[in-house]
Amino acid sequence: MANGRFGPYGGQYIPETLMSAVVELARQYERWRNDGGFAAEYGALLAQYAGRPSLLYYAERMTARLGGAKIYLKREDLNHTGSHKINNVLGQALLAKRMGKTRLIAETGAGQHGVATATAAALLGLDCEIFMGREDMERQSLNVYRMELLGAKVNPVLSGTATLKDAVNATMREWAGRMDDTHYCLGSVMGPHPFPVMVRDFQSVIGREIKQQMLSLENRLPDAVVACVGGGSNAIGSFYEFIGDESVELIGCEAGGKGVDTPDNAATLTNGAIGVFHGMKSYFCQDEFGQIAPVHSISAGLDYPGIGPEHADLFDRGRARYVPVTDGEAVDAFEYLTRTEGIIPAIESAHAAAYAMKAAPALGKDKIIVVTLSGRGDKDVASIAKYRGVKIHE
Amino acid sequence: MSKIGEAFARGPAFIPFITGGDPDLETTEEVLRALCEAGADIIEIGVPFSDPVAEGPVIEAASERALSAGCTADKLFDLVKRVRADVPILFMTYYNPVFAYGAGRFTQRCAECGVSGLIVPDLPFEEREELLGPCAARGLELISLIAPTSEERIARIAKASSGFLYCVSSLGVTGTRDKLGGGARRMIEQAKRVSDIPCAVGFGVSTPEQAREIAAYADGVIVGSAIVRIIAEHGRDCAEPVRKFALDIKRSVTKC
Repeated sequence: MANGRFGPYGGQYIPETLMSAVVELARQYERWRNDGGFAAEYGALLAQYAGRPSLLYYAERMTARLGGAKIYLKREDLNHTGSHKINNVLGQALLAKRMGKTRLIAETGAGQHGVATATAAALLGLDCEIFMGREDMERQSLNVYRMELLGAKVNPVLSGTATLKDAVNATMREWAGRMDDTHYCLGSVMGPHPFPVMVRDFQSVIGREIKQQMLSLENRLPDAVVACVGGGSNAIGSFYEFIGDESVELIGCEAGGKGVDTPDNAATLTNGAIGVFHGMKSYFCQDEFGQIAPVHSISAGLDYPGIGPEHADLFDRGRARYVPVTDGEAVDAFEYLTRTEGIIPAIESAHAAAYAMKAAPALGKDKIIVVTLSGRGDKDVASIAKYRGVKIHE
Repeated sequence: MSKIGEAFARGPAFIPFITGGDPDLETTEEVLRALCEAGADIIEIGVPFSDPVAEGPVIEAASERALSAGCTADKLFDLVKRVRADVPILFMTYYNPVFAYGAGRFTQRCAECGVSGLIVPDLPFEEREELLGPCAARGLELISLIAPTSEERIARIAKASSGFLYCVSSLGVTGTRDKLGGGARRMIEQAKRVSDIPCAVGFGVSTPEQAREIAAYADGVIVGSAIVRIIAEHGRDCAEPVRKFALDIKRSVTKC
């Protein structure tokens, strides 16, 4: 795949200063992805450190109450550090070491990717700096301190909307000034090639496990795989193995915010247009002049105005469907899953659960839906309380 | 010879950059005239973008000011048409505003209004084909950049470029620097081995001394953040201080 194109999407739209770094990264990734020793070391870390395979859990009470399709939950929330982000980070951190880098930098929205990066840096003896929007630091103050405990420096980003998009800008700027010892550990299937391919490869373990586990539990493929989408890493990780299985419907749940007909949402494929930003051609929330829109979601991890280029291509081809889920629906699903199954999902993942709650009752009991729970929701308890107007002491 | 080629024919060129519409269009018009009076050889006008990832804080803040004052590409097209500068004007912007406008329509408007070319920092050599066609069709130059990290890319880029080569002096983003990296001279030497394209150095140039130092080996000196900072300091009254500063730079560039 030349320059990492997915149909017309992807590419390497970045300043010349960074070109040598991404060209070298692509070359090194090609070399190491096919190396037996690298694969063995990565596999061992996934099994012995991250805790893979993650469970595919039959949500029996949720299924019974909804009265339709059988619901399985892919429990990425049970991974070490509490989300799917560790899958990607361990791969990139190992690669960074192979490339002789001694320092990781990363953006983070909700803090899950920042925590995962800080964790991998601690484990592998790398320096670590995280860039996080000031607004997100306030929403996710516990994760900020977690990263600091892990030895990372967390830099507040004050520019623009002070959220995930601005954190990516700041990390790109930092990388452009210091590439010799520094690897940009990008957290999603976005950015310039090779990131969308590389991050997808590291996350595709999710879908491979779903398929194996489903075959051994049910002796068949699921009818649908549902995941939340910001940049889209847990979604592409869940979908990738099933792209060739036409019978499996792939559904991405975007942040509908306060509603897709209000300005306050981050539903890129519902409302966005094709553009070029953050190193890639894809869909973006933007105005008629091509200015990137200040998006909104209750979930810091989905509060991003773009989407990975492979999703853009799956969308155009009709292979995957993307639906908006509002803040309110996500909060309802967060509480529902917590009370019904005793599982507190990340507010990001609750977007996927919300869609399953809407879809399952209309489907027959012979149907099976897999919902990827990308992360756990401890970090969101304070925001949910705030949303509900409940005063708690953190 | 193209308008841009002529700008380099008289000795080292002084190429100031300003963000269009900062703090408002009227001021930009006054600053444009002041820069012409001060002897600018080419003027870069930044079409503001919401997320300028190659810029440091000074130009980023200028873009924010311009956008909140309602600046758009259309308003800058009108401004350039109205001013009718003798000096070639380049638009510097990110690719998304061009893409959203439509590359064909955008370059058409450039040609109609007297914009001589485009600098698009997030459209590297490998991706430039999609804009190169529309530019060429309307006689616009699409300026290529080289950076200290470009290494073996320099020869390839220099060979295929036209107008001039924008040499990024140091790593990182735009912004004034006390000391410039020593890499620019070497980059220019590499480029000149394969092409006689004019080479202008930018990123971090902020004083007449630095400008003089660069003009000794480069075909042009690009000054951005230092001017934008004067505009930020003086607001609507910036035209005169910008003119004075530009005169100083122009003199030190020409003395070589």
